[in-house]
Parts: sequence; structure tokens; C-alpha cells
Amino acid sequence: MTQTDFIKLVMPFKDKVYRLAKRLLVSSEEAEDATQEILLKLWKNKVKISEYKNVEAFSMTMTKNFCLDRLKSKQAQNLKIVHSNYQDNNVSLQKQVELNDSVDWVSKIMEELPEQQKIILQLRDIEEYEFEEIAKVLDMNETAIRVALSRARKTIREKLTNTHSYGIK
Amino acid sequence: MVLNNIEKLLEKYENGETTLKEEQHLKHYFAQEEVAPHLESYKAMFNYFQVTKQEQFTKDVPLKSRNKNLYKWISVAAVAVLMVSVFTFTNKEEGLGSLNEEQLLAYNQTKEALSLLSSKFNDGASSLNALTLASQNLEKGVDHMSLINEFNTSTNKIFKTN
Repeated sequence: MTQTDFIKLVMPFKDKVYRLAKRLLVSSEEAEDATQEILLKLWKNKVKISEYKNVEAFSMTMTKNFCLDRLKSKQAQNLKIVHSNYQDNNVSLQKQVELNDSVDWVSKIMEELPEQQKIILQLRDIEEYEFEEIAKVLDMNETAIRVALSRARKTIREKLTNTHSYGIK
Repeated sequence: MVLNNIEKLLEKYENGETTLKEEQHLKHYFAQEEVAPHLESYKAMFNYFQVTKQEQFTKDVPLKSRNKNLYKWISVAAVAVLMVSVFTFTNKEEGLGSLNEEQLLAYNQTKEALSLLSSKFNDGASSLNALTLASQNLEKGVDHMSLINEFNTSTNKIFKTN
């Protein structure tokens, strides 16, 4: 497999890998590093790549595992990469404007979801995967995925309605 | 009518029962400017999904491992060429068949000269035969001497008894 073949193979899903990494790791630098790591790992195993039935699903699983490991090691070092500075009460004007932006709100709410729900929501609502594909990536059955997805969607909607009607932060 | 439909879809959506097509329909509905006021909160959600989907990975990935392999194979090829050349060179020196005419002539001339030299040596060696003959005669003489010695001892015995 040449370099161009590899790039052609990886092109369609490299952004998805990046977005999933960013969903889990929050910081875009961390996500970029993670994506690079994943792609390099794929490149190193390029001989075996043709044996995989679904390279994309395989890469997404790799990304999920890599990011979760990363989070674990960060927590062990007592260095969380979750950015929680928006809880400050004396927010500057710019931050207030930022917070008023509902789109930004959704991302903040999503950050608070449990990891598994984050992944499922990311794969379903953003990347628009079929349940079958998500099941392959996460190695879960479809019913469990539907339940987790439903919970995640309800949580987001509830929190969004709350902010809309009462302005609760 | 449309709103009713959307509300039904939203309920299904929250239970995780919508298909991708129905979700597309919802996204399409919430992408427009005017949305029913009580569904306003969903708008942010679906817009966020659309916006994040645009995000792209722009960093370059260094795929260097290929060059390393290339160098390895070049060195292997170089060693192979070296071995082959050494073998063919040594084989040439051994066989006469691969020599050209001039070299063959030189070879034959050298051979003749050397055989001449060796025949002269043989001549010298044959003249040495005379010397061996002389030494044989000498040995015979020594044998005779021993006879004289014996004669001498016996005469001594005779003189002593006298």
C-alpha cells in the first residue's frame, strides 16, 4: 500500500476521528495529537489493513479506546483537561456574550454527559451512523445504545429548556 | 399539520427510535429561521450538530516509515551486487575457457618456458647418478676394509699365542 492509497483510504473518516477525539478530550490540541497518533498507528499496520472488514469502524473504536485511556492517565496525574473555567461567577462581558450563544450552550451541556453517552450522541447525531455501525464501534448491542442515546437526548433537551425559560446556568 | 408531524418525530427522537432519514427531516426543519416558539430550545441543539459536523482535521501526519524501509532495501541490494561481482571475478581467474587469445598465448609461452626449465633440472639430476655410483663403489671399498680388519685381528691372535 502506497502513501497515496493510504491517504485515499483515510481521507473520508479522518475528520470523524478528530471530532470524536475532540468530543472526548475537549481541547482541540489534544484532539489533534490523538488523531495524529491514530493515523500513525494505522499507517504502521498498513499491511494488515486490508484484512479489516470495516476500517472506519475499526479506527473509531481505536479512537474511543485511545481517548479514554488518555483521559484516565490525565486523571491519574491529577491534571484534568476538562475546561471548567466557565463556572466563574464574575464572568467578563465577552464570556457572558459567549454563554448567551445557545449553540455554545449545547457543547457545554454535552461535556457534562457521561463518556459513553457522549460517544453515542457524537456518532449518531453528528456523524449520522446507523445503529448497526455504532454497535460495531462500541461492541454493544443496539438496544443498549438506543437507551443511552435516549437518555443523552433527554438530558440535553431538559437542560436547554431550563436555560431558555428561566435563564439558569 | 407540519408542526404536529414534527412534534411526533421529536418524541420518537427522544426515545431513540427515529431513523436517520427522520432525523434528517428534523435537522432540516430546525435549520430554517422560523421555528415554533415552544420548540426553540431544540433549534440550538440541531444547529450545534450541524455546526460541529463542519469541523475538520487540518494537521499533517508525517508518514516517514516508508523511507526507512527504502534505505534498508538499498543496502541489501548493494550487498547482493557486491557478492555477485566477487564470485564472478574469482571464477574467471580459475577457468581457462574465459581467457581471450592474447592471454592464452602468454599463458602457453609461460608454460613452455617453465617446462624447459624443469627439463634442464632433470638433466642436472641425471648427472648426479655418477656420484651415487661412486658412493656405491666407496661403500664396497669400506666392506673390503672390514675384511682386512678381520685379517688383522686374526694375525694379532697368532702373534699373541706365540
